[in-house]
Amino acid sequence: MTDSIRFILNGEDIALSSFEPTETLLDFLRLKRRMTGTKEGCAEGDCGACTVLVGRLVHGKLTYETVNACIRFMGSLNATHVVTVEHLAAADGQLHPVQQAMVECHGSQCGFCTPGFVMSLYGLWLTNSNPSRAEIERALQGNLCRCTGYEPIVKAAELVSRTRPSSLFDPLERDRANIMARLWNLQTAETITVVKDDRRLIVPGSVAALADILAEEPQATVVAGATDVGLWVTKQMRPINPVVFINHLADLQTVTVDDKGIALGAGVSYAQGFETLRREIPAFGRLIERIGGQQVRNMGTIGGNVANGSPIGDTPPALIALGAKVRLRSAAGSRELLLEDFFIDYGKQDRRTGEFVESIFVPRPEADAHYAVYKISKRRDEDISALCGAFHLSLAADGSVSGIRIAFGGMAATPKRARAVEAALFGKPWTQATVIQARDAFDQDYKPLTDWRATADYRQLTAKNLLTRFFLETSGTPQELQRFEQEEA
Amino acid sequence: MDKASYELYKYINGPMHQPLRHDSAHKHVSGSAEYIDDIPEPAGLLHGALGMADRAHAEIVSMDLSAVKAYPGVVCVLTGKDVPGVNDVSSGGHHDEPLLAETKVEFHGQPIFAVIAETRDAARRAARLAKVEYNDLPFWTDVDGALENGAPLVTSGMTLKRGEPEEELGKAEHRIQGTMRIGGQEHFYLESHIALAVPGEDEDVTVWSSTQHPSEVQHVVGHVLDIPSHAITVNVRRMGGGFGGKETQGNQFAALAALAAKKLNRAVKFRPDRDEDMTMTGKRHDFRMDYDVAFDNEGRLHAMVANFAARGGYSADLSGPVTDRALFHADSSYFYPHVKLTSQPLKTHTVSNTAYRGFGGPQGMLGGERIIEEIAYALGKDPLEIRKANFYGDLGSDRVLTPYHQTVEDNIIARVVEELETSCDYQARRKAIIEFNRTSPIIKKGIALTPVKFGISFTLTAFNQAGALVHVYQDGSIHLNHGGTEMGQGLYTKVAQVIADSFQVDVERVKITATTTGKVPNTSATAASSGTDLNGMAAYDAARQIKERLVAFAVEKFEVPPDEVEFLPNRVRVGSKEIPFPDFVRQAYFARVQLSAAGFYKTPKIHWDRAAGRGTPFYYFAYGASCSEVSIDTLTGEYLMDRTDILHDVGKSLNPAIDIGQIEGGFVQGMGWLTTEELWWDGKGRLRTHAPSTYKIPLASDRPKIFNTRLAEWSENVEPTIGRSKAVGEPPFMLAISVLEALSMAVASVANYKVCPRLDAPATPERVLMAVERLKAI
Repeated sequence: MTDSIRFILNGEDIALSSFEPTETLLDFLRLKRRMTGTKEGCAEGDCGACTVLVGRLVHGKLTYETVNACIRFMGSLNATHVVTVEHLAAADGQLHPVQQAMVECHGSQCGFCTPGFVMSLYGLWLTNSNPSRAEIERALQGNLCRCTGYEPIVKAAELVSRTRPSSLFDPLERDRANIMARLWNLQTAETITVVKDDRRLIVPGSVAALADILAEEPQATVVAGATDVGLWVTKQMRPINPVVFINHLADLQTVTVDDKGIALGAGVSYAQGFETLRREIPAFGRLIERIGGQQVRNMGTIGGNVANGSPIGDTPPALIALGAKVRLRSAAGSRELLLEDFFIDYGKQDRRTGEFVESIFVPRPEADAHYAVYKISKRRDEDISALCGAFHLSLAADGSVSGIRIAFGGMAATPKRARAVEAALFGKPWTQATVIQARDAFDQDYKPLTDWRATADYRQLTAKNLLTRFFLETSGTPQELQRFEQEEA
Repeated sequence: MDKASYELYKYINGPMHQPLRHDSAHKHVSGSAEYIDDIPEPAGLLHGALGMADRAHAEIVSMDLSAVKAYPGVVCVLTGKDVPGVNDVSSGGHHDEPLLAETKVEFHGQPIFAVIAETRDAARRAARLAKVEYNDLPFWTDVDGALENGAPLVTSGMTLKRGEPEEELGKAEHRIQGTMRIGGQEHFYLESHIALAVPGEDEDVTVWSSTQHPSEVQHVVGHVLDIPSHAITVNVRRMGGGFGGKETQGNQFAALAALAAKKLNRAVKFRPDRDEDMTMTGKRHDFRMDYDVAFDNEGRLHAMVANFAARGGYSADLSGPVTDRALFHADSSYFYPHVKLTSQPLKTHTVSNTAYRGFGGPQGMLGGERIIEEIAYALGKDPLEIRKANFYGDLGSDRVLTPYHQTVEDNIIARVVEELETSCDYQARRKAIIEFNRTSPIIKKGIALTPVKFGISFTLTAFNQAGALVHVYQDGSIHLNHGGTEMGQGLYTKVAQVIADSFQVDVERVKITATTTGKVPNTSATAASSGTDLNGMAAYDAARQIKERLVAFAVEKFEVPPDEVEFLPNRVRVGSKEIPFPDFVRQAYFARVQLSAAGFYKTPKIHWDRAAGRGTPFYYFAYGASCSEVSIDTLTGEYLMDRTDILHDVGKSLNPAIDIGQIEGGFVQGMGWLTTEELWWDGKGRLRTHAPSTYKIPLASDRPKIFNTRLAEWSENVEPTIGRSKAVGEPPFMLAISVLEALSMAVASVANYKVCPRLDAPATPERVLMAVERLKAI
């Protein structure tokens, strides 16, 4: 057992053994280190002004991802390389090409969001040598700018893509081998515990250790991506003690594909799961692109989205419509249940004392089945669903509905299947007439609320209309708005 | 001489009209640009947090702060009783905004006490521990509620009248009455409010405040502490965005920091977090416009009567001038033969609404454009045709008088619109869109081309003045200071260009310094798009004075006539001799020439009689036009911004790069106001959209997919402004009206363009879908 979190900050080795267990990286940078290039804009992971890169070894490769420092807890940083905007320019002040492109394109006005944009652009530039406009926009979904209208920033991304990383000017390229060696040495299979007065944080050394910890301390808060729990701390100032970080557990980050479907470890981030899901179940992939910004997708996990049971969580309806199963584990063993049975009521899930979500199994739709997910939000990207509907249809040879699973988020206290609508469709010919009469059944399934995202009337009407959209799509006339054509994206 | 140095010899770097980059760009991108929260903290710094009311309208029966005081790290708790001067931070001297409410709260989130603690975390946690008992009072949060409850006005309304509107309404061929609801807007500057106060000896206090109006912060701090203005110095180097949200709203944080700093004799910082900032500071006013208009078969307006009722919030703040400006711009670019416009700044139990880019103008102009839509759809014509039929005429015609009796002398709107119509291929695209809509059952498209004409000047005449302070040092370097503040708009860069140009020295020789009340006093807010017009001219005046002294010196010393002294790039020609600028300056110093000057400027020509509704409130107008194309999904109301083309008039641009940035940025901000940005209060009077998770400003992926912006390069200000340029901060914001109207056209397609969709703002997907449903049902 060890008692300190060790990581690399830009070039420096850091070891912290006594700090508040819910201290954020942003506060550490700004308050303790007085590194003020990283800004606080919202403290909830929605504006990107605090964007930094976090590098870690994944399958022996050093990978850097953008994250929101405002909701990234210090306890989740062991064996990582934290890179802030201060690290980019050369010692003599010579700007990094990413920074220079922003200057040349007039990409800053008030400048407050700018360091965050620079880091997001840097993250893109490191991984994509020729980004399309769609990819640039996706990389910038998590960064708000109120001054420029974004046009010059997108142009800066295009301009800098003509330059590629070189150890001559890029610090991460230059130090890659050195950083890899140092990170290798920082990795540990031991459990780390940091104590501050009566508060503790625990970083289990393995999944088995996690199970043991939860058996002993079932009241502990398990934190994977912290994109939800982060706000409990920064916004609600809710005490979470002890707090257990699991984002580093490689055993929870496996993605396995077979004929039946995809098994996702509970710690798989949206970003990690994206490529596989997009390839195997394209409609699911398109949903992932619209969850949070890139920083949130790099941190947040599908397991966390499920475990927290939010009625407006984006992935549960998509998963329920596929008949996904969730595997729960505790020191006593593990069990699997249908995801739709996991959600009992608002804020209440079927998770027993000492259990944690270990994995999710996503069945692949049958080859001739139709599967679609429609997320409706006030703003297209980086917004929470007003409602999100998923449809999974199989047709018999005679054109009648032989299988139908429909699930919605945002329509009830939990993500919930539309059983009455399904009943109205099952066995009937898949025709416009059937769909029109089935629409009314939504009134039996859901009594949505009015809030700032939408009124009850809008939610109800749109849910019905999404069934119509699904019908149109399955009959060969897709009618969904797409900003970019397939080839542009 | 090599080529590079010859170029230096031939031109200076950074004269007026050059697309110079923002002076802080390299610091922005490297994270070294210093905002107030980045300043190295003074030893012993304390942090403040506010206790906020959790009632919309109530008497405070009792306040138990014992748990707050007992929280570890808390140094003291302040209430209204701790204010030594006047417990008021109102901007116009209305005396209606307590720093800390004592007996009554009038909006949910109103500050009622302040905690000062050793850390910000401790202050924030302690602030939640108060036990407050309230006696609830009736409340209303919106315009409809205010009207139903017979709410008072927070400040007096205004009436503009010309001709015989009431009589004429019944005489024309057509008459339409209707209502439009226009939403408010949160500024969402990325840097939230902040103030840092450091106590000095005697009564002195130095305040760093994220404010667009340092002089007002100075006055308010003096008022609250009961000390003279000379004891207070207010500094601001830059803001992380302002947009009007930091014109008056910084007062409370600066006053609290100063109050605590003087009481405790320690430095104190207040930095509300995003949710507190959005809850406790004012926003753009939402409006309800009720209109009654008459027009002929050609679509020409005959008479218009309209009332603009606004959500003022609990106090006056700037609601008077904001609602005034709504009326000033309800004509958009159109001549109203008979017109009566009235405003009603209503009291509501919400945070007091305030300045926001355009300052009521966008709401007024949007109302004017709704009228055009009503006429167009009633007559089955293209709204653009109706627009053209109603434009103000050329000088000399009988269609040049505004509802406020000012003659439009510099009208170029017809040319701007025509050029854009051609360059963006409006007519062919509109035809293609109508054809597309005919065959596309679910997805519908819309296109709209809308004009902008925006009046430049503060309508409060006294604000149209500015000062600057310029020092030339013996090494030829120049120190520049003026009363304008930098919030990202590039003001500092432009004024530095003015000075570089005046002295003909490279702009690198000009040091831009933070705005401070100690150098230039009695400044106006950097607002109303006036920053460059006013401060550029004041700086120019300071440079002129120094140059005159330098010329007089050269005339005397070198015995040449004045016209033989010429400021050439980085040198001065005296007769046949050319002297490098630093050498020349040093010689002047030894001849005891004063190398420092305070410059001053006041805008000529303007006057305004509010009671009579007559005068010349604006020095000139800025013009522009935009054309937007959108697609909507009639099943969900979702939409996409397909393309926008903009042609905008900035006169002779002082800095085309900065101006383009203002135009693109203003457009996208305006688009947010009209589309996804929605403020939502719940049944308890709580603002529930108080963070970016719930309040949605545009993203990169929301900007028009094709986005073409051009300056009307042929334009020059007819008035002798600095470099013949025009103001650019606010006018482009209203270019976004084309987005709303394009959405409206797409909606109108479901009823064959025969019914005005009356799409209110913001046109969220929900409002679009509901409008579609309404039209389908007709």
